[in-house]
Amino acid sequence: MKLTDIFKKKTSSQAAKDRLKLVLVSDRQSCSPELMERIKNDILEVLSKYAEVDQTGLDIKFTQMETEGADTDGKTVPALYANIPIRHMKHNIEG
Amino acid sequence: MGEVIVVTSGKGGVGKTTTTANIGTALAKLNKKVVLIDTDIGLRNLDVVMGLENRIVYNLVDVVEGSCKVKQAMIRDKRYDTLFLLPAAQTKDKTSVTPDQMKKLSEELKQDFDYVIMDCPAGIEQGFKNAIAGAERAIVVTTPEVSAVRDADRIIGLLEANEIGKTQLVVNRIRPEMVKRGDMMSADDVVDILAVELLGVVPDDESIVIATNNGEPLAGDNSLSGQAYMNICRRILGESVPFLKLEERKGLFAAIASVFLR
Repeated sequence: MKLTDIFKKKTSSQAAKDRLKLVLVSDRQSCSPELMERIKNDILEVLSKYAEVDQTGLDIKFTQMETEGADTDGKTVPALYANIPIRHMKHNIEG
Repeated sequence: MGEVIVVTSGKGGVGKTTTTANIGTALAKLNKKVVLIDTDIGLRNLDVVMGLENRIVYNLVDVVEGSCKVKQAMIRDKRYDTLFLLPAAQTKDKTSVTPDQMKKLSEELKQDFDYVIMDCPAGIEQGFKNAIAGAERAIVVTTPEVSAVRDADRIIGLLEANEIGKTQLVVNRIRPEMVKRGDMMSADDVVDILAVELLGVVPDDESIVIATNNGEPLAGDNSLSGQAYMNICRRILGESVPFLKLEERKGLFAAIASVFLR
């Protein structure tokens, strides 16, 4: 929070922008829940060869993120966000 | 060889038809040969905005069905003799025409005209698909409201998916005094959210209501919106025209600074 924010009440146009940005993130996902489920299962299948995954804390979703780099000027691109807690690595598969 | 442009928005009531009529009028004023096609079959309106409703004999459906020649269905504008309207049918529905037929028609018309402009119906169904079928450029009209911008975003996505070469934005009905006090998104805000090239900003203007009442598009007259439409057309023609200064936004520091700098 910036210092100026304390003195300045959020304007309704700012509220509109904030709400739009949020709603467009989900609108722009061209990925159906079924497809998402398949992607998730495939990732898990590969991963579980090497590690034991905590399925309850699993979070995989499509989101928007700002690109990094001087020339792109903060454009947003779709990104796959995955938070996969790992209980422990499987050490028995070496080489 | 002319260019086929579709004017679209997703949401209804943001000013697609008014924009189409004014862009057509301004282009004709700049000596271009233009045909406007109302693709809103069943809910035609471009004819009344142009003031040509009493001259309709044949319509778009008659043309694609081969009941008449294109030239018979086209109505010459009252004021500009290089401007024509191809009206929609009022008693049919959107399925009376297919995207392939529309594509063929636009190919044919762009041999004779500098600009073929499609007025797209609201929505993303058949009427939208018909309107964009032959288009090389899309003009997306939106107002600075959450609902309209959201729908514009969806439309921009669909235009990209359909490989329309160029998509540009017109932000309609800006009220500078509301933008200034922070109660309306500015054109820049909308461009920022939609990440698309800005073609023009049109102020909310009483003159538009009067012009529509009279069926005479005001593009090119002395009103602010009339100038805005003329600027849009000059940009369509490739000129670099600065945007009208509708508002001056001041941040807190700029406001304080301006007090001291006076």
